[in-house]
Order: sequence, then structure tokens, then C-alpha cells
Amino acid sequence: MSELKLMKGNEALAEAAIRAGVDAYFGYPITPQSEVIEYLMSQRPEKRTGMVVLQAESELAAINMVYGAASTGKKAMTSSSSPGISLKLEGISYLAGAELPAVIVNVVRGGPGLGTIQPSQADYFQSVKGGGHGDYKLYVLAPSSVQEMADFVEDAFDIAFKYRAPVLILSDGLIGQMMEKVTLKDQKERMSNEELIKKYGNWAVTGKKDRERNIITSLDLQSEKMEARVHRLLKKYQQMEKEDLRFEKIHCEDAEYLIVAYGSSARISQKAVELARAKGIKVGLLRPITLFPFPKQQLLDLAAQVKGILSVELNAGQMVEDVQLAVQHKVPVLHFGRTGGIIHTPEEILEALEQKIIKNGHTRHHKTRESSLL
Amino acid sequence: MTEEIIIAGFGGQGVLSMGKILAYSGIMQDQEVSWMPSYGPEMRGGTANVTVILSDERISSPYLKVYDTAIILNQQSMDKFEKAVKPGGILLYDPNGISHHPTRTDIGIFSVDGAKLAAEMGNKKIFNMVVLGAFLKVKPIVKLENVIEGLKKSLSERYHHLIPLNKKAITMGMNKVKPYIIKDTVFHN
Amino acid sequence: MDILDIIKPENQVFCKSRLMTDATLSYCPGCGHGTAHNLTMEVIDEMGIVEDTIGVAPVGCSVLAYDFMNIDMTQAAHGRAPAVATAIARTWPEKYVFTYQGDGDLAAIGTAETIHTCNRGENIVIIFVNNGIYGMTGGQMAPTTLAGMRSSTSPYGREIETMGSPLKITELVANLPGVYYATRQAVHTHKHVRKTKKAIRKAFENIRLKKGVSFIEIVSNCNSGWKMNPVESNAWMEENMFAYFPLGDIKVNGKLK
Repeated sequence: MSELKLMKGNEALAEAAIRAGVDAYFGYPITPQSEVIEYLMSQRPEKRTGMVVLQAESELAAINMVYGAASTGKKAMTSSSSPGISLKLEGISYLAGAELPAVIVNVVRGGPGLGTIQPSQADYFQSVKGGGHGDYKLYVLAPSSVQEMADFVEDAFDIAFKYRAPVLILSDGLIGQMMEKVTLKDQKERMSNEELIKKYGNWAVTGKKDRERNIITSLDLQSEKMEARVHRLLKKYQQMEKEDLRFEKIHCEDAEYLIVAYGSSARISQKAVELARAKGIKVGLLRPITLFPFPKQQLLDLAAQVKGILSVELNAGQMVEDVQLAVQHKVPVLHFGRTGGIIHTPEEILEALEQKIIKNGHTRHHKTRESSLL
Repeated sequence: MTEEIIIAGFGGQGVLSMGKILAYSGIMQDQEVSWMPSYGPEMRGGTANVTVILSDERISSPYLKVYDTAIILNQQSMDKFEKAVKPGGILLYDPNGISHHPTRTDIGIFSVDGAKLAAEMGNKKIFNMVVLGAFLKVKPIVKLENVIEGLKKSLSERYHHLIPLNKKAITMGMNKVKPYIIKDTVFHN
Repeated sequence: MDILDIIKPENQVFCKSRLMTDATLSYCPGCGHGTAHNLTMEVIDEMGIVEDTIGVAPVGCSVLAYDFMNIDMTQAAHGRAPAVATAIARTWPEKYVFTYQGDGDLAAIGTAETIHTCNRGENIVIIFVNNGIYGMTGGQMAPTTLAGMRSSTSPYGREIETMGSPLKITELVANLPGVYYATRQAVHTHKHVRKTKKAIRKAFENIRLKKGVSFIEIVSNCNSGWKMNPVESNAWMEENMFAYFPLGDIKVNGKLK
């Protein structure tokens, strides 16, 4: 039976992982996402579904445990927050290189360095531009509600196994810590080993039986082979762009101005849109649900309709670069966002829209990002 | 109907759990709810606050600058959130420990001696329920029976024997809340 | 005596395991890795567990172990093989999971994973080849490089005052309750090969019995890194390596020797 509950984003994600039939979670405590492993441990998942939950000695160990379980075809995941994700990046690059399905959750906090434990979206670049070494990308899902924290676990695994590629759920302290109503899906059974071998036996290391040996590696000492591997990855990314782009348009039909925002910023921006419309300003919101793939064509189409675009992010200006690339400078695109763990209010966003776009938008097409900061 | 509330006080006053019960009560009457806490070091001994929104529609921002209601339980929170009440909104506070009382005349101000009443009832922990009762008297946005249902959902089963006490505390708050009259006030509830 | 009088099954002391592939070994002539690989495969074959064995290859000279071992294998990031093996053993508790690692991988960059995996008593075998040097990257100093020993990053010899002492990691992990069996062996003579094979067999039997970590150190040579011919390097190993890393069991059936 599906079930209605009031839960924190982090807890909803953890509960959804159990219900989605995830085989293993490996993690290491860090604020503001420790509730994920705390909740999992409290649920005795080994009894509920047989799911393995292990507190690793480090982020490095945790992501490499994910790599280990994933290389055998198991549904494995980890979660952390910004500094911890930095530590995991080597392992994430290996997952991408070795073409393994896995889910990584980043409940972002402010940085750089030890930074702050308050919410932030300053890991956008790290998430969509690679982060770790080498030519790879992550499929990135950005939940903006507790419901999506729950729903995206299964969605992420679907994509991860469809492409045999790591998927990142990019959340933040606000979505992780807040409570909302959430409808939880029914319990799914974990895949049996027999079923797994039948389904993934063509690549997973499960013991060499009735077939040639399987090898999981990201190493190709011959350049031609390595290039072929890179091309194989590129093909996946192109297919993701074609088949698995996700976004949401809110009040865009008659919009004269556009806000682009994801995750928590999209929620706050939606209120800013409501405030603007109450004042008679026709503003729409484009919320990328996937940050890679990015809704490039949708932005380009909207650029023909609107007079200016404000990219609202809890950072010093990251996604704004992708928005600018997408609209090819057809309209002014500026950034607004608070940093350091400060959350912008809907009123601040509306004011930024009025000051940066509505007032100046027509005349100044090529502002630098620096000048667009607070 | 959308009600945007900030509840602010010291960590340990039951600020977060009061918000949670309110949110659960909203769910019991099929509303959309959000509960956004301050978290981290702030909570350890310092101030704690939580934004609770109950709405008949999808909630956009869980994080706000201005509120329909501010429930204020210490001086720091009074300094921070009195100005954040929307004109025509409500400020409810416990005067215990408050040295600078509110001064705005464009909002409705109410007080309840929550700490004192809870102590008189013999259980300081039900302080937040007294305050919740006071709020629900001023703004009856959720029915008492839904609050009780919310309590049941919010509390683990081993505390369910305390529900009658909580109900008593809520009723106490409802009976004892009083308007705080400032000269020249323009607001009439 | 004709050569055919010598090539008889009863005289055979060594042959290529059926579980070794036909790929040409990437190891230098005289290196102990090939023998250690072969012994591991012989044990798996003899125990009849190939269908249930999953190996984890490290970063280092044996990074390509999966090219030679004809079993299912996954290749781990540098130092992380024990973490990778932990997850496999936890999600497939009925499998025989082993790591095959060198000294830089296991005792330098992966020390934390080594110690914590041993401390949790994961039901795995760790095969640790210690040749006192980083072979693959060209002969740099390893955590197990002996005092005074020259390497490309200790060109005037390892200086204890500034570079620390060679790390006896096997003794260190043997003290952890999660480790059931810890032994130090070698593969440079027939006698040692036989003993090492016995040790590897015992280690894999321990997995069957769910006893926790079995940790097998194999002290080996690196004639390229040490800049000696194979014969010289084996003699040098006996004289110097064995003096600091004495061969023999350190912990058996959960009891320190």
C-alpha cells in the first residue's frame, strides 16, 4: 500500500530507497544529510528487505563500496554533502569509466572548503561539468520537494541501469531538512541473485558460470581502446539528451520575463513569480529537473518570447553560464543568488528581477557575471 | 487558504515539534504542508525556528521573508521576527523572558503565559501545546480533532498516553490567550 | 638420462593453472607475481569454486591481474580494493571474494581501507605482495622499502629519520580481532611455493567457514626496481627482506603466534 507521511527530505529519500528494493547503501556522516544513514539504520533494513547498510570509514571507502556492489549488478547507492562528494569524485569517475550503474546523492551545503552546513547550490559545476577526472558526465536529477526526494531514488536507478552509468541526485540542505507531505510507493522486492544473473550476467561480475569471464575495469592502456570507450560514453550522453531530459514550465505561456531555477531555488522563485504576477509583471519559471541533460532547446525557444532571463541559484553564478550558452545571447541573461548558506527570499528574487532584468535588460546585453553578483 | 507561520524560540522549547504537530494537523484535513527548520549549531542551546505553511494549494516557497503569523518565544526571536509579520497578520508571544514587548500597531498581537501555565499544570514540556492552543484560538485554521490526530501521528506510540494531557494543555492555551493592547492600535481581530 | 625421463607427472613441481589465461604475463622475468597468480588460481580450481569466486585487482603492477586470471574480476581504484571487496562480500555473502594487492596499494594509499576492512572482519582473502618498491611507476619508495634501500625517490637510501621505518602491516592487522589468519610467505623456491599454496588454500577455506579476514603477505622480489638480475634479487631478498619481514604464520585460527 502506498502511504502518506510527513517526512524530512533526507528521511523520505532513505525510506524510498528501502521501498525501491535498493540492495546496498554505503555512507559516512556529514551534515546536512546524516539523517539518510540514521534513518536507514533505524529501520533495520537487513530485516525489512535484506538491504545492506554500512557506515564506511570514509567517503572514499563508501563510494568504492558502491563501486564494488555495482560491479556485481546490485543496486547500490551513497549519499553525502559537498566536502564529502569532493572526496568521492575519484570513485565517481571510476564508476563512469567502468560503466557501472549507481546512485549518488549530494545534499549540498555551502563551500568552498569546510564552508557552512547551511543550504547551497554551489556544487552545480562539480555536478554537471564532470567534477572528477576524465571525459564523463553524470545524469543529474535536482529534486525540489520532499516528494521528489522520494520519487527520484527509483527514477535515478532506472536511468543508472538503462545506461549503465552513475546518476547524481543533487539536493541541498533546504530540501533535505524540510518536512513535507510525501506519498510513499509500495515496497518493491529486491531482485534475486538468479534474476540478477539472468538480467546482468552479460556484464556483471557474479562468478564465472556458463559463460566467459566478466571484467569490470576503467583501464585501457591502448589509446584506441580508450578512445572507443570515451565514444561509447558520449553516445550514452547523447541518448540521455534525446530521451531523458526533464523540466517543468510554470506560467511560461504569456511570460515576458523568465526565471530559471532548480531545486530549492525553483521553489522560492515560484513564490517570486506569484508576487510578480500579483504586481502585474508577467514572469514565468523554467525549472530544469535534470541539470544534465539541460533544457537547452526549451531555453532557446523561450528566448524568442521573453525580454530577459534571470538565473536564480544559491551560488555565485554557475548555471547562468549554461543558460547563456543555451540562449546564444539572444536576450540578456543575468544571475542572482545568495551564497554562504544564506537563502534568498522570494522578495529578494523579485527585486533582483526588477533591478537587473526589467530595468536594465533592454540596454545591457553583455554584463559580466561579476557585476551580476550582489 | 494559505497560512504562513514562523515559530521561533530557544532550542528545547519544543518549537520544532510544535511545528510538526501543526503540519500533521494540516495533513489530517487534506492540506498541503511544509515545515522548514533552522538547523545546525543554531539549534544547540541557541535560537531555533521553523517555518510552517498550511495551504489548500501546492506550496511554492517553503522559505519566506514575511509571515501571516509569528509565534515568538524569546527576545532574540522578537527582535528578529516582529518586523516579519505581514500587515494585518498576527504576533503571538509568551511574555516570559521578554523585556522589549512588541510595538507594531498594524498587526494583531496576542500573548499567552505558556511557561507559567505549563508549570502550573505540573509539566513544563507541554509548554508548546499551551502556545499551540493559544494560536488555534486566535486563528482556528485546524480543528482540535485534527490536532489530536496530528499528535497521534507525530508522537511515537509509547507517548500516546500523554495525548489527554496535551489536549488539556491546548484547551488551557485556548482559554488563557489574551490580546495585547497597544495604544493607537488599528487592528481589530 | 633423456629429457623425457624428466618430464613425468611425478617429477612435476609447477605448471600453469587451467585458470590462468594464455595472455603473456606483463611481469618482468623473475618476478614473483606470476607464481602468486598461478597459486591463487590453482587453489580456486582445486576447490572447485571458480563459479563463486570474485577477485578484486588493485592499482600497481598487478592492475592487469584480470588479464591473466580467468575468473570474474573487478578492478579497483588505488588502495580501495578492500572497500570494493567489502561491498561484494556483503551483498554476495555466499561468494569467495579476494583482493590481490601490492605494498603501495595496501600499505600506503589504502591503509585506512586495509585496517577497517580487517577490523570489521569482512569474510574475504587479502593477498598482499610485498616487494618493497613501487614497481609499475618505475621504482619509487614504498611503505615497505627497507632502511637504506635505494629507490628513485630515495636515491641515497631510505633514511629512517625523514622517511619513517618500513611498515610491518601484516603484524599490525594481525592484532585486529577481525583477522582470523595472518601469515607471511614467499614464492622464490619450490619449498616456499608449496607453503604459500597451503596458506592460500587455508585462507579460501576460511571464507567457506565464514571466519573473517585471511591476510596472506607474500614477500617477493622486484629485480627491475631493485636493479638486480633475478638470481641476485632472490639472494638479496633472503638476506635483507626476510630479516626485516620474517616468514611464517603470525596469526592462526584467530590466535596470535
